[in-house]
Amino acid sequence: MAKFRKKKSGGQTAINTASLPDIVFMLLFFFMVSTTMKEVDLKVTVKPAQATELVKLEKKELVTFIYVGVPAKKFQSLYGSEPRIQLNDAFSSVSDIQSYIAQSRDNMSEANQSKMITSIKADRECPMGIITDIKQALRKAAALKLNYSAAELATDR
Amino acid sequence: MAKRDVQEVNAGSMADIAFLLLIFFLVTTTMDTDTGLATLLPPPVEEEPEDTPPVKERNVFTVLINSQNQLLVEGKPMEVSELTEAAKEFIVNPNDDENLPEKNVKEVEFFGPVEVSKGIISLQNDRDTEYQTYLLVQNELQRAYNELRSDLSKRKFGKEYNELEDEEKKAIRQIYPRKISEAEPKNIGGN
Repeated sequence: MAKFRKKKSGGQTAINTASLPDIVFMLLFFFMVSTTMKEVDLKVTVKPAQATELVKLEKKELVTFIYVGVPAKKFQSLYGSEPRIQLNDAFSSVSDIQSYIAQSRDNMSEANQSKMITSIKADRECPMGIITDIKQALRKAAALKLNYSAAELATDR
Repeated sequence: MAKRDVQEVNAGSMADIAFLLLIFFLVTTTMDTDTGLATLLPPPVEEEPEDTPPVKERNVFTVLINSQNQLLVEGKPMEVSELTEAAKEFIVNPNDDENLPEKNVKEVEFFGPVEVSKGIISLQNDRDTEYQTYLLVQNELQRAYNELRSDLSKRKFGKEYNELEDEEKKAIRQIYPRKISEAEPKNIGGN
């Protein structure tokens, strides 16, 4: 009997919280690693095109994105429903591309400038006309490394 | 009754559990990397050079895409799925066909003198071609090159092209250079 008493009685002592920091750090690391920062708010709808011979864009700091697509619903009254170009956070026209490329090139380190890659994220239904215009503008801006953004094609042949 | 300390829970293994969880999440999360088809644009031309050497008809593989997303390859309609094989045959020209591209002999590291095709793939699309179709055509052409390079790499080095050293990759790229020329856009078969 005495033995049972011993266990049940007694004030509550705090649970050892020495490992709580570990858990918190673990969660922190997990979220740090798995979150990809959304750099821009997409104002155009982009349903990615699909392809199989894909290359990964590994170095994020080398990549400049150009988004092409139909403006999202809430912008359609203002910008219409024809495919538009989005650079950074604003709707733009083809003539803005050159200064945009120059600007993002300036933001890069000297060593990276020659390795700059431009990635076109275009909606899969968008007509080639606008893409061709972008390509011509990129040629003029001497941004020749181009990447057509695409997702993995599900079916295999 | 005298107050007594409750025995402490041993927390020594908590760190192990934490690490286990950490490793589990690290392994299972896949970060979505951006992927895409890589191409290289031609440098801008100031003026059209007037005396560009003419390219022989047999050395050009024309691919046209119209506004209805239909393909015309070397003057014949074709499905996208057949394009890879057609492009491969054009690049390799296995039987030295007179209508397929000429070859010239080139000295390549690791291989010695090799016959390299003079063929150029010319891609032209309409302004109303759908982006997805264009990308699929690009994809099939790229696939033709990738498969040829991979075949050669397996035959010569017994490895996948991606696993080769830079020097070996370069040699293979010299044998199968990616020559896709995109003409200035036109309204072909417009509406």
